[in-house]
Amino acid sequence: MIASAHLRDEILQMKRRRQLYSAAILVLLVAIMVGGYGQANEMNSGGFIGGLSKFFDYPGEIVAEAWDAGVAFPALLWRFLPALIETLNIAAVATILGGLGAMVFAFLGASNLNVWPPMVPVARRITDVMRAFPELIVALFLIFVLGTSPIPAMIAVAFHTTGALGKQFSEVNENIDTRAVEGLGACGASWFQRMRFAVLPQVLPNYLSYFMLRFEINVRASAILGFVGAGGIGSELRRTIGWGQGAGDETAALFVLLIMSIFLIDQLSSWMRQRIAQAEALT
Amino acid sequence: MSVTGLEMDSSLMPHRTGVMRSVRRTSRIGFTILGLVLVYLTYTWFAFDVPALINSAKPERAALLATDAVAHKVHVTRLLRRGTTAIAIEGERTATYETPPDWVAVEGERLTIDLEDGYTVTMLATSLTFDVPDYGLIRVSVQDGRVITELPPGKKPDWLRATDAKFDARPDLGRRVQVSRAKIEVHRYFLGWENFFFPFRSPLQAYSAGELLDLALSDEEIEPGTSNLRLILDTFWSNPDWQHGNVFIALLETLLMAVLGTFTAAFVALPLAFLAARNFTPSGPVRFVVRRFFDFVRGIDMLIWSLIFIRSFGLGPLTGALAIAFTDTGTLGKLFSEALENIDRRQVEGVNATGASRLQTYRFGVIPQILPIFISQGFYYLESNTRSATVIGALGAGGIGLMLVETIKTSRDWENTLYIIILTVLLVIAMDALSTRLRRRLTGDR
Repeated sequence: MIASAHLRDEILQMKRRRQLYSAAILVLLVAIMVGGYGQANEMNSGGFIGGLSKFFDYPGEIVAEAWDAGVAFPALLWRFLPALIETLNIAAVATILGGLGAMVFAFLGASNLNVWPPMVPVARRITDVMRAFPELIVALFLIFVLGTSPIPAMIAVAFHTTGALGKQFSEVNENIDTRAVEGLGACGASWFQRMRFAVLPQVLPNYLSYFMLRFEINVRASAILGFVGAGGIGSELRRTIGWGQGAGDETAALFVLLIMSIFLIDQLSSWMRQRIAQAEALT
Repeated sequence: MSVTGLEMDSSLMPHRTGVMRSVRRTSRIGFTILGLVLVYLTYTWFAFDVPALINSAKPERAALLATDAVAHKVHVTRLLRRGTTAIAIEGERTATYETPPDWVAVEGERLTIDLEDGYTVTMLATSLTFDVPDYGLIRVSVQDGRVITELPPGKKPDWLRATDAKFDARPDLGRRVQVSRAKIEVHRYFLGWENFFFPFRSPLQAYSAGELLDLALSDEEIEPGTSNLRLILDTFWSNPDWQHGNVFIALLETLLMAVLGTFTAAFVALPLAFLAARNFTPSGPVRFVVRRFFDFVRGIDMLIWSLIFIRSFGLGPLTGALAIAFTDTGTLGKLFSEALENIDRRQVEGVNATGASRLQTYRFGVIPQILPIFISQGFYYLESNTRSATVIGALGAGGIGLMLVETIKTSRDWENTLYIIILTVLLVIAMDALSTRLRRRLTGDR
């Protein structure tokens, strides 16, 4: 009896401590949010309350100007299509090149594949650093050296992609079933054959799924980088927004193109990832 | 895979052909995809106009930037019209030497500047001689508003440009001599960041680290009325060349955007996710509306949200935080609702069976199951948003991104740019480490 009462006390005490921790974390969160928003509001050049009424002004203005453009609006969409294609190209090439680079680092950085053991920590640190570099920094630097062109943005996005996908790919590599590799090794398969027939079939579906997700993220990143001078739809946006009033229809056209393409790619990538996951579940 | 040398069971033969056929088929698909990728890359090679880019690239800018980022230069400048000479770090008036450093010898109008490794410049009233090892003596003078250059015999090296208006010699990255109608300027580079801690004029400049520590602890005040520690911190903080204070505030702004944006998104997305999950909201239309709302805010993208918010709320961290919050409400909402649809019903039913109310069922049956996903995704996005916040900042929302764009645009003090880059990357790495650690702690993962 005494033992159970003791246990009960202990459980109650633990419960109380947990509640205390939860309450402390909650208070901390609320404090961060309230204090943070207060601070942010103060640092902003326009206030929140004052801006709230103006929130719909800009979208309204754009929509009105687009409405006024009438039948000319689809023509505007057509005119800006090359810019959109350029942004998509930046994202696609960056994802492909970054993905290839990531595969190299993923194989070097996976501790279970024994590609070259001393390289494992090195490859991991390299991907960590590449991942930490915001695309903006690399892009601005390359624009300075190479001039305004889509290439700086492409390299910048590819650089970050290598780091981001490199980490995800190497986690995939580390979670594979090594029995297949060992089985092939026992048959006398070479390293290349073990990778080709035991590792790649296991990892490629997951790679593809991460790849699609990254492509979607990269389309957004490429659009933003255009805004700092890397070409594509972002630089068109900066131009039309810089003109201020009167270019609202063009801005609206660019918004529509960007939102539509992001939406489509988003749907496509989640559909493909679902398909891959289902195919995985079946096997 | 060759199996020669092995005795093959004939009953396995048909099986083997089947396997080989499927292997060949997948190889073929693989090679087709590779081929398509190559075709696509070739197309983009021309779409991006890489050949033109290679022609117009300025690799010397990268070298210049690299040296300038890790080194600083001291200008020796003679203004010909006024006849004055000044020696200053980076040519800044606030960092002018009162007495010339030991590598400059002054005898009246005549200045002898030692540029190391045998390079010497002798500057006279309106002319100079530049002694270059393995090349010879270059004479430059300014007469009747023209720059006249006399080169040693032989081919003109490509690091040297001389016209009537300007003479510019840069034998390597460590030294440079320029003459124009109005002034003569000699640069000598030194490794390291100049005046990183204290401004040039500050009395603290002369102290070493140990002496500073002693100074901070001593009672003898350099400036009466302020404690030494305070003086040291204030001088460091308000260093005009490096602007440590402003850089720190900008970093804080970026961090604020990321933290506020992510937290807001997470806490708005969680309740909405219940409305989008099939097992919590039986009503189809409600689910449809909430899901399309997630798609909508996510699809508009941070770029457009920040442009809209800049218009209404002005520049600043609030704008960035709201842009992040809106976009990520969509992303996190979608993730959370998927997680909610995959929870284990048994735990919910078990709590329900004890007679718990609806709220209690959520609290004890549902929340514990999705809390790990909530926390891990939240922290993952916190780290990724720290990076996004730098980019949004560059669009005009402020913070470290804007500061970076500005220093690069002025393209004068690359060491400042490098300093900001290092701090930004460190911030991202720190956020990454912190979020990974908290994620593991709170979710008990690994």
